[in-house]
Amino acid sequence: MKTIVGLEIHVQLSTATKLFCGCSTDYRDDEPNTHCCPVCLGLPGALPRLNRKAVEYGLKVAKALDMRVPEESEFARKNYFYPDLPKAYQITQYDKPLAVEGTVEIEDDEGHEKLIRITRVHLEEDPGRLVHVAGGSKYSLVDYNRSGIPLLEIVTEPDMRSPQEARRFLNRLRTILEYLGVFDGEREGGLRVDANISLEGSERVEVKNISSYKGVEKALTFEVTRQKNLLRRGQKVTRETRHFMEGRGITTSSRSKEEEHDYRYFPEPDLRPLRVADRVAAIDLPELPTARKNRFMKQYGISLNHARTLTGDPKLADFYETVAHVDPVLAATWVADTLLGELNYRDMSIAAVPADRIAELLALLRTETITDTAGVQILREMLDACAAGKPCEPPAVIVEREGLARATGDEFTQVVEKVVAANPQAVEDYRAGKKGALNFLVGQVMKETRGRADPRELGKIVSGYIDTGGV
Amino acid sequence: MAGTLDFSPDDRYNAFITTCRQATFSEGTLAGTAVAVKDNISTARIQTTCGSKILEGYVPPYDAHVVELLRQAGAAIVGKTNMDEFGMGTTTETSAFGPTRNPADPERVPGGSSGGSAAAVAAGLVPMALGTDTGGSIRCPAAFCGIVGLKPTYGRVSRYGLIAYANSLEQIGPMARTVEDVSRLMSVIAKYDPRDSTMLDRPYDHRPSADIKGLRVGIPEEYFGEGVDPRVAESVRDAIGVLEGLGAETVPVSIPGMQHALAAYYVICTSEASSNLARFDGVRYGPAVDTRKTWHEAYQDLRLELFGAEVRRRIMLGTFALSAGYAGRYYAKAQVARRNIKEDFERAFCDADVIAGPTMPTTAFRLGEKSDPLSMYLSDILTVPANLAGIPAISVPCGRVDGLPVGLQIMGRQFEDERVVDAAFAYEQEVRA
Repeated sequence: MKTIVGLEIHVQLSTATKLFCGCSTDYRDDEPNTHCCPVCLGLPGALPRLNRKAVEYGLKVAKALDMRVPEESEFARKNYFYPDLPKAYQITQYDKPLAVEGTVEIEDDEGHEKLIRITRVHLEEDPGRLVHVAGGSKYSLVDYNRSGIPLLEIVTEPDMRSPQEARRFLNRLRTILEYLGVFDGEREGGLRVDANISLEGSERVEVKNISSYKGVEKALTFEVTRQKNLLRRGQKVTRETRHFMEGRGITTSSRSKEEEHDYRYFPEPDLRPLRVADRVAAIDLPELPTARKNRFMKQYGISLNHARTLTGDPKLADFYETVAHVDPVLAATWVADTLLGELNYRDMSIAAVPADRIAELLALLRTETITDTAGVQILREMLDACAAGKPCEPPAVIVEREGLARATGDEFTQVVEKVVAANPQAVEDYRAGKKGALNFLVGQVMKETRGRADPRELGKIVSGYIDTGGV
Repeated sequence: MAGTLDFSPDDRYNAFITTCRQATFSEGTLAGTAVAVKDNISTARIQTTCGSKILEGYVPPYDAHVVELLRQAGAAIVGKTNMDEFGMGTTTETSAFGPTRNPADPERVPGGSSGGSAAAVAAGLVPMALGTDTGGSIRCPAAFCGIVGLKPTYGRVSRYGLIAYANSLEQIGPMARTVEDVSRLMSVIAKYDPRDSTMLDRPYDHRPSADIKGLRVGIPEEYFGEGVDPRVAESVRDAIGVLEGLGAETVPVSIPGMQHALAAYYVICTSEASSNLARFDGVRYGPAVDTRKTWHEAYQDLRLELFGAEVRRRIMLGTFALSAGYAGRYYAKAQVARRNIKEDFERAFCDADVIAGPTMPTTAFRLGEKSDPLSMYLSDILTVPANLAGIPAISVPCGRVDGLPVGLQIMGRQFEDERVVDAAFAYEQEVRA
């Protein structure tokens, strides 16, 4: 049974000011209702004035997704009552969107290239936000700081065939948006998704309220299971809107009256039609993820997997390019595998990591001044310092202080002697030809010396010591 | 010569909703001139109600662009004038603050919706006032009260701060006893404002000239046809004769699209109004909603209680006209009719420089006379075409019928407000002399 998925993505554009007024969009950590004016509060008589930057950002996305920009597009009013919507209509675009007919390349579930068609993108304003006071209060509060934040709505054709594909598509889309510099991926609620999902031959279900791209896979996986179970029991899937409950990972039906709207769209009389098709040619696009991935493989000689990981986030790719001069392949392994893992573990951003220190660390590894194990230990120490807001010491200083310089064989003689003496049974097993015994002995030495030696080199030393009878 | 103006008028005609007894003013071309402002134009620190209970107590935190300009020019803003609720009416009787009476005959209406501004000027309480004109709301009361009123070209005066009724049709405009004062006030308010995206940078800076030799005056047959009081038509024809005497020539023109003008106008204005007025929900300003009810119920009850019958009627009409399945039949068709009228005027303006006719088909009605909404809507037939086409139109007094004032309407090409003003000025100077 084929799964069919189409997405509608709302992206907050990272302009400095709102879509129709001069209020700042950066209200994080500020008090409610402090980034408002007559326009975004919808006060009587106030008029919208279109933010050029938002249009430019929209066109940038259109160009990057290979879309067609019609001669004329138009803003329209979407009318509905809700306390977070101060004008009781949202200024959006309806039958004349900013751009139409684009594509995004992803990998399908077999790892093959696949094009997802983009139906349209359009600009619209974000409503305010309701804050429900805890403890069953009789009222809710409204915060209009978000009111008027520019959103780009991106609508796809129903081209995805699994929840995993949907996640990959969103990842790719997010990466493109970040490359274009039109979207701040770290902003909470910066990307919101509605998903349409159906099993071939059955009714379509719309899942709303997915606020993270990780949530999309979860919500869709839940829906696939739910819909298959219905069919298996001989029931029908009903066409409806469902809400995703992020915390519980389930979707629930929301067929309330409020959902059945006639939005009575009509052209926004306070704004002129938009004629911007001629501006597209002048837009300079940055190098996009696919091009950059291919260049990384060619220029730095790194693997497809590393290139893909590194170019998956423009900041990570930039970071890699500043440290690659030390040794491109070594740098790729360390940044894409080790560093990224450590960052994820700490929930840290690459932006917080000093590239010069990492380059120094890579130089120590390249010259074999330290072992990989010591490298990881130093990296962790540096990241912990960064995370705590402390100055990040040069790795050479840490090597010195902690005595982590790679040790040569001679230094270990005493430790090896001690370990061999303390583990006669293991020595016996080794002599009897049990391979695991040597690993155990090496592990003991590593433990005693805190990873300052290369385990392979140590293996030779230990076996040599036992074989030659401990000279 | 900045200062304070004491303003304590004898408001026997109920022209004002709010008066400012101590109105401060600064230096400028209008220094110390008392100016009344229609109550749908936002004034910082002065209550602005649109003649509606739903905005009672609303004090805007900002000035409309025209009010900023008035203050900069030194005008003393002495009060906010009465109006049909949200501009929806032709008589000023739908105001929640009681009807305004016509100074020319207190048993009659002053016209609307800018009836308060017209009455204040006609009664001599202020020399000039601002009105707004969506379908004739400046020109109708100017004609009924015997003063001058100009609806500027759409996009010539900023709507920033004008509480919207029908955005695509309405303009703020000047009202005064003389064409010269109308022109002076127009020079103050018609300046570019980037906050109004529908505006063009075409400031008005003009001193009226009475020289109209060779002016081609178009006479549309539709403006003298059925429904127009023959005595009103005669007064207007006499006035056009005066223009001819001054060297103008008349040419017959035709606006065949007029037959659909009223229908198109009422579909468009009610559609836009249904959306504009949806924000009045008691959450942010005006009387507060009852928080013990669910929000949906609270909105519904508040709007039922505080909007007047005519406003509710137009919200319902507009909501219907935009509804799925009906928008194609009503809203889309109205846009076609509007385009046709615009093209009719463009054609007519190939042969004529201005077009003249009566402002209103009749003189002022008695209070309560137009209780049937349809007959009231029909009286807008001669004024709505200029709003649909976005062209400038002025009403200037041209005699009386049964002692009641009659208005001569002169319309011009887009952005030729100056020419319209000159024609009216020439007529006024001639009959005054």
